[in-house]
Amino acid sequence: MTTDRDRVALRPEQATIPPGHPWNRLPVIGAGCALLGGVVCAILGAANPKQFFFSWLVAFLFFLSLALGALFFVLIHYATQGGWGIVVRRIGETVFATIPVMAALILPVLLGLHDLYEWSHPEAVARDALLQWKAPYLNVPFFLIRAAFYFGCWSFIALLYYRGSRGQDATGDPAVSVRLRRFAGPAIIVLALTTAFASVDWIMSLTPHWYSTIFGVYFFAGSFVGFFALLSVVAVAMRRAGLLDTVISAEHLHDIGKLLFAFMVFWTYIGFSQFFLIWYANLPEETIWYKARMEGSWLTVSLFLMAGHFVVPFFYLMGRPVKRNGATLAIGGAWLLVMHLVDLYWQVMPTLHPDGFSPSLLDVAALVAVGGCFVAAASWLMRRQALVPLRDPRLAESLAFENV
Amino acid sequence: MAFDSLRSLWTKPLLVNQLPSGPYYGILAEFTTPADLYHACERVRDAGFTRWDAHTPFPVHGLEGAMGLRRSPLPWIILVSGLTGAALGFGLQWWVHSSAYPLVISGKPLLAWPAYIPITFELGVLFAALGAVLGMLGLNRLPMHHHPLFQSKLFERVTDDAFFISIESWDPRFDASATGKLLKSLGARNVELLES
Repeated sequence: MTTDRDRVALRPEQATIPPGHPWNRLPVIGAGCALLGGVVCAILGAANPKQFFFSWLVAFLFFLSLALGALFFVLIHYATQGGWGIVVRRIGETVFATIPVMAALILPVLLGLHDLYEWSHPEAVARDALLQWKAPYLNVPFFLIRAAFYFGCWSFIALLYYRGSRGQDATGDPAVSVRLRRFAGPAIIVLALTTAFASVDWIMSLTPHWYSTIFGVYFFAGSFVGFFALLSVVAVAMRRAGLLDTVISAEHLHDIGKLLFAFMVFWTYIGFSQFFLIWYANLPEETIWYKARMEGSWLTVSLFLMAGHFVVPFFYLMGRPVKRNGATLAIGGAWLLVMHLVDLYWQVMPTLHPDGFSPSLLDVAALVAVGGCFVAAASWLMRRQALVPLRDPRLAESLAFENV
Repeated sequence: MAFDSLRSLWTKPLLVNQLPSGPYYGILAEFTTPADLYHACERVRDAGFTRWDAHTPFPVHGLEGAMGLRRSPLPWIILVSGLTGAALGFGLQWWVHSSAYPLVISGKPLLAWPAYIPITFELGVLFAALGAVLGMLGLNRLPMHHHPLFQSKLFERVTDDAFFISIESWDPRFDASATGKLLKSLGARNVELLES
């Protein structure tokens, strides 16, 4: 007996990468980039290890934040029993399934601990009362334990959801959706706390004297923007490549665009809230972070970030036709993806180059290396799976979705 | 294309009485199902009528497409009113703080723009919301205390279980008997000619 639930609304061949399709080569291209980037990093990094570690940290944070944003997106989709986005959920699942790979890519950061973090030097702590006060939290063993704990939580949640969703492709069991929905609420809480603390550990502690209570939310907001920017680019690219072109419609692009716009505004709201209170109160232990970013050429980067991460995309993405057209949405997404990178660069690099903005070839090499691993892992999974959760009970609803 | 919706702002001016002046208001046709109404709307649209409307007890998905409606110019009204509010909010604080009553507060410069952002944001949202509500009322010619459609006994069921098309008499293609016949042929259960 078949019921409505068992009916597959999509033929599997509509949702797989066909043999001979150019996207089948992506894992090899990604691996090649990773190798090339890795070799360049090794050569240039040997001469300038400090620059290498900072560049690698930015690249690592950039791709990790995309994966964490994807995990948030899928969890919230389950928690709210969202219907519209089932057709793009597998893209998110594929992106966050790279988290175990990211766990390996943090190794250079851990090796470069002494080059990156002032608090890791006992002699610096010894002559600094504030660092002594923070030492119970900011010390090397606890830092390593926390990093392991974060990746343990993230990998556990990521694999649970990835495997659950893939398993449902085979069984079509609606109980999987119910089970994952029940788990989504607690998982969001764990993810929110670990993400916030991870951003404090890895970014904020670069300036160990600084205080900001909103920083975790700021990182989370940026991650969400980054993921929706990536999702809009990937969804449009897939349609152009003849994958999912019968599945992802202008209606889905419209909703991705709305979320991209909304979280871009949210990022601005949080970013300004952080700046505003610090500027207003004018306390030295809070203003140091902004002072470094408001002097010399870093001020130019700060103003560029304000304009490029908010003012321009705010007006660009506001209109309905822009979000419903693949090309215009992908341009907005690609732009915000770059701005998300600029945001992370702007958070990390003034610690290394306090005198001013100073780009390095290692920035590019690290980005190519980490990005290559990211693309290789995600596209390798894409080849082995359906590009859509084929037997999710809400797939039909998502396929027929229309904005009012 | 994005500016298409703006056109109706001058083809159908605001604040002008929008009722036909002749002896008849127009024709009202009753349909029994949303599907009948939907298909009838497509035909009325294709017949080239421009001054007509559909009335349903609940939203019918895609009806605006079947009726061939253009997008509402309301988003543009909201954008302009929101920007006006933001500019007023910023301008007021700027003027007060640096020219009308200059006062140094906690060592901040006289043009302390970060301090102005919350009020600028709030006034932008307030004006945008007011623009949305008032613009919607204006575009719909509301409040309107009486409408010729309310003469019809049939029309009382529009909030219950009946679906209507009304074609107004000042539509260039309107003809009391031919339009009635057209609506009948589209599956209308009842067709009624309404006086002004």
